[in-house]
Amino acid sequence: MKTILYIIQKEFKQIFRNKGMLPIIFVLPVLQLIILSNAATFEVKNIKFGYIDNDHTSTSRALVEKFNASDYFNVLTDFPSEAKASAEMLLGNVDVVLDIPQYFERDLQKEKYINLGVTINAIDGAAAGVENVYITQIVKRYNQHLKIDLLQVSDNQIQPVNIETIPLFWYNETLNYKTFMVPGILVLLVTMITLFLSGMNIVREKEIGTLEQINVTPIKKSQFIIGKLFPFWVIGMGLLTIGLLLAKIIFQVPMVGSLALLYLYTSIYILVILGIGLFISNFTDTQQQAMFIAWFFTVIFILMSGLFTPIESMPKWAQIVTEFNPVKYFVEVMRMVMLKGSGFIDILPHLLKTLLYAFVMNGLAVWRYKKTT
Amino acid sequence: MDNDKVIQVEGLTKMFGDFTAVDAITFDVKKGEIFGFLGANGAGKTTAMKMLIGISIPTAGTANVAGFDVFKQAEDIKKNIGYMSQKFALYDDLTVKENITFFGGIYGLSRNVIKEKSDVLITELGLQKVANQLVASLPLGWKQKLSFSVALIHDPKIVFLDEPTGGVDPITRRQFWEMIYKAANEGTTVFVTTHYMDEAEYCDRVSIMVNGKIEALDTPKKLKKQFNAATMNDVFLKLARG
Repeated sequence: MKTILYIIQKEFKQIFRNKGMLPIIFVLPVLQLIILSNAATFEVKNIKFGYIDNDHTSTSRALVEKFNASDYFNVLTDFPSEAKASAEMLLGNVDVVLDIPQYFERDLQKEKYINLGVTINAIDGAAAGVENVYITQIVKRYNQHLKIDLLQVSDNQIQPVNIETIPLFWYNETLNYKTFMVPGILVLLVTMITLFLSGMNIVREKEIGTLEQINVTPIKKSQFIIGKLFPFWVIGMGLLTIGLLLAKIIFQVPMVGSLALLYLYTSIYILVILGIGLFISNFTDTQQQAMFIAWFFTVIFILMSGLFTPIESMPKWAQIVTEFNPVKYFVEVMRMVMLKGSGFIDILPHLLKTLLYAFVMNGLAVWRYKKTT
Repeated sequence: MDNDKVIQVEGLTKMFGDFTAVDAITFDVKKGEIFGFLGANGAGKTTAMKMLIGISIPTAGTANVAGFDVFKQAEDIKKNIGYMSQKFALYDDLTVKENITFFGGIYGLSRNVIKEKSDVLITELGLQKVANQLVASLPLGWKQKLSFSVALIHDPKIVFLDEPTGGVDPITRRQFWEMIYKAANEGTTVFVTTHYMDEAEYCDRVSIMVNGKIEALDTPKKLKKQFNAATMNDVFLKLARG
């Protein structure tokens, strides 16, 4: 036990003496949280909207006006021809082109049915999907408005029954993306910093030759590893605290659930990440190698965490892979506790899986770490 | 087991794939002796030493260090030996005092003992003025002397020195050997590798390794006689050239 204290003392001294490292540990994550939380939004705004009005009637103008009234669309111009519109889309000057056919007003009144042409720049598939939904909604609303107008004309007809869905968004009523993103990004920061620091740390001692000096001492493997990892565990918890404060102060993210529960889960979660970091450092000889491997895992962990893309829409095999992604569990727990106010029983499955993961990773890492070659 | 012999090695071999780095070496070292372990670069000195200090598992042979078997009791060996590698291996970003405290702590010394030891050590090395400076700022010679003292902090039975004087000036080398003699006089066995043949003359006994094998082993005086050479340098050249 005393031996471990000597190592912890040494590690903390080295961390806080490293003037280049301190900002990386504490300032960069804060900047990232602020920047990413504002930038990483799924909302598509300022859609460049162009149209080709072949009809030039009050009805067609009313439709365009609907788009103009929306916050999401910047109505640009009336293109004289389809060719011109295509050329502009190729140049990226326009995202969406609405093609209003000739006799739009006449056919609408006569046949009560008409096709509108919509061209969407789908280089960014996700954005195109969102744009499509927006357009459909606006056209639908316009349609209803039109029906009412038409009904006034012929009130003998049987009124159509309109079935409408009224979405109710629970837990994040205003669909505030920051509320959704901040907890997730906080997870990333805690994960990345602790993974990189722990992965790099022991390799660094290999590089400078001090690890050999340590291996010649009678220190026990477990003592050395606990002493080495404990400081990073503390840093991870510190980062969580800073992140939660920022989430509250800057982003007003609600904290519905229990803070203690969040800390309990995080304290176990960080052990998993430290185990992975340690495992990486066992297999590498230089900090450069460790860095690349840590990156490899980080990218997979992040993109398969359900933070940016829903896990439900991944292929089956990918969904199975995400079961082994610790970041996924942390993102879920973070959102459950912070936004839904989930309790201990709700997150128990996550907690148990994470605990098991921690045991396996650290067990492997300690087993793999050899004082003798 | 012979109480007088602190290192007993027989047929010790280390192979890396097909390459035999250390080829069945046999020797022993007596208590309190300064044993010079010589050889050209790549002769296998460091590999042999790593097996003796318990950080490299031998492929074949037997070795007993400080009364413990290198195969089964490597961790017990580590309690009883000190080691100074050819690469400076203290922490550059810790101060002189912090390095001493850290290694003392790892060897399980109590706070009081560490405090006493570091005061004595710092005074002996004349490092009072820089005791609270980062080790990185010290000249190489001072660093090496500090490494040696740290390797002795837990009063080991044997201290292993791997090219301790590489790259230091002649005056510091002189001082370094005075420290070695002092340790030997106090009963510590010194196992030292070196490239400097004048240093070989200071050793009680010397072994010379060529291509993984020990080709000669005796006192410097007898070796010079055996090879009909005026200095250890000539002995070494005759052997190393084959």
